[in-house]
Amino acid sequence: MTKVELTDFVQNKETQIIKGNVAAANAAKSARVQVISAYPITPQTTVVEKLSEFVDGGYMPGTQFIKMESEHSVMAATVGASMAGTRTFTATCGQGLFYMYEMIHWAAGVRLPIVTAIVSRGTAPPWNIWADFSDVISCRDTGWMSSFCATHQEIYDEILMSYKVCEDYDVLLPKFVAYGGFILSHTSKPVIIEDQDKVDGYLPALPDEKGWPHIWIDPERPLMHGNLIMPSGFYSEFRMKLHIALLESKEKIKNAAKEFEKVFGRSYGNGLIQEYNMDNAEVAMLAYGDLALQMEEAVDQVREEGYKVGMVKLRHFRPFPTEEIIKLGKKVKVLGVIDRGIAFGSQTGGPVSCEVKTALHETEGTAKVFPMMNGIGGREVSLEQQKNQLKLLVKFNETGELPKDMIYGTYWDGLLEVE
Amino acid sequence: MVSLKNVIDEEIACQEWFLPGNSCCAGCGLEIALRWAMKALGPKTAMITPASCLNVVIGLWPKTAPNFSQFNMAFAAGAAAATGVSAAFKAKNYKFPGQGWDEMVSICFAGDGGTTDIGIQGLSGAAERNSNIIYVCYDNEAYMNTGIQRSSSTPHGALTTTTPFGKERYKKNVPAIMAAHEIPYVATCSISEPLDIYEKFKKAKSIEGCKYIQIFAPCPPGWGYLAEESIEIARLAVKTGFWILYEIENGVLTLSKKSKSLVDPSKRVPIIEYVSKQKRFAGISEKTLIEIQERVDHDWEKIVDQLECQSR
Repeated sequence: MTKVELTDFVQNKETQIIKGNVAAANAAKSARVQVISAYPITPQTTVVEKLSEFVDGGYMPGTQFIKMESEHSVMAATVGASMAGTRTFTATCGQGLFYMYEMIHWAAGVRLPIVTAIVSRGTAPPWNIWADFSDVISCRDTGWMSSFCATHQEIYDEILMSYKVCEDYDVLLPKFVAYGGFILSHTSKPVIIEDQDKVDGYLPALPDEKGWPHIWIDPERPLMHGNLIMPSGFYSEFRMKLHIALLESKEKIKNAAKEFEKVFGRSYGNGLIQEYNMDNAEVAMLAYGDLALQMEEAVDQVREEGYKVGMVKLRHFRPFPTEEIIKLGKKVKVLGVIDRGIAFGSQTGGPVSCEVKTALHETEGTAKVFPMMNGIGGREVSLEQQKNQLKLLVKFNETGELPKDMIYGTYWDGLLEVE
Repeated sequence: MVSLKNVIDEEIACQEWFLPGNSCCAGCGLEIALRWAMKALGPKTAMITPASCLNVVIGLWPKTAPNFSQFNMAFAAGAAAATGVSAAFKAKNYKFPGQGWDEMVSICFAGDGGTTDIGIQGLSGAAERNSNIIYVCYDNEAYMNTGIQRSSSTPHGALTTTTPFGKERYKKNVPAIMAAHEIPYVATCSISEPLDIYEKFKKAKSIEGCKYIQIFAPCPPGWGYLAEESIEIARLAVKTGFWILYEIENGVLTLSKKSKSLVDPSKRVPIIEYVSKQKRFAGISEKTLIEIQERVDHDWEKIVDQLECQSR
């Protein structure tokens, strides 16, 4: 990640000191979305509020904002609007995402390029509204792409990049752009809101009045979508093609990030992952979301103490960057994976650490995976904790020793005493 | 009232938009409802069909009977998806003016399960927002697609596979619920009155905002009568006053032609004439039969009350 000094922003006219949610709303505005459908849920609410200001205040001419009565209807309306060939946007999280789950599958099944901001929060019960990526990760097998943001600027940038990828005719899939509730959504930081012409250059308006190539509404050419299909029909093949499109979106994600860097000057690694201080690193931590940003500082400080540690930010969970992880496994001796989300009953309990283990299992001489878990339900993770996590990787590398209080192979950091 | 000649004069109405070769049962009420609705709407229509018989009778992929844009949709998502389509038409009309996007009609065609039960939240939301859609409920009074289970639209006394001794509760009055939302247009139709269907859809098409039309659509296998009796059954439902044909335009109730005279109870055919022709009411007790008749009379009292209230 390029570290940007505050002075850089002050000199830039388009810079605004805004909340992460406002950055997301601004991204939808910059992307010139045509139909927004949303329902408020904490901590996503300010996205909806800001967009209401934009649309009702006349700052997004022509854009329709449907203020829905539930999340299930939100995604249904978004699917309808996208099927009719418009650029659409919505935002939700936690329970709201679970309530729209049926329609999440529908959006991917129709192959619609819908971008949805997920202001991630914990899952009830008990009620919890703070940062936890279990919500977006629970949509792992829906056919959506999903990415995590670490900074306010990245929220804005990633939404623009996402439309570019989603609307690619070889991809045509929806995408989640997730960021931690409150930590990014409700704190303010400088964000560059790009010049509209520049954004239009990067992300042009839709090609024509029709919409997507496989589905458009035209009285002269009536079509149907979604008819019942027998097991002997092409159902398996449709599903297989969706899987392939999701895998092949990796190249498109890389290209979108490359072009983004060229146009706007901000780099996000290769789009799928972003390395930080990985020169001669012996151990590395794979982190995602806002904790990856704080981990950069932890890496700097632990390096100053003389340890060869590095960090890799996971930007995309789907498609999963298997090739990059395999390369990373060859580069370091210990690969820590820090999850902020739970995959109940899985090998490690951490959704990303499970993926990493799967990615590496056939590679000989690869790094040992050290699964960790922290910050569930928005519990604070301090810089000291993160430094300690890095040192645990170093210790494991040097002595082969793991902490005594591992829980089924995973180090749960910052737990309270329980009986 | 439109005449058959009016229909014949319209090129669009003379065409079939729901084509032969579909897999409707013989005597299907839904088919008649859809054919006549589409004769009024024509091809500049995008239809959302949430889970229902309609999802199946259009044909198994890749065969398809509707000769207009039509999209299958999840069960509870009909009204919301149609709202999204309608919003997209507005957005497209802004971006590509003069290309006819403002003439497009967004319609949801759902069964009574998808309307009165699982879909009612989305429908209520669309009505409260006054979304520019036509929402149609073809009412065959049970979950027919899944094999005749009770819905909240199933009438009192009717046998279904989940009410093996007859339904205790009464039919939910969804047109009244929709009217309570104060939407610009609510109407009821019956497949026995196709010209009435045609006229009401023509009117709905011309109105901006949320329109709700419930079409009484008997189901031969679900109700237990012969396929050729569908029209007769639907006609009896109207004649007995069991199914009342009316429009509510901006809050003003008007009885339609075939129901107008039934304000006078003596003009109504006794309900037994209707009930006795269907196996779903087989073995019905005298008590239940009286309750059904009382309900019909009670429904009419409410209609008469409202008409009197309006004329005051």
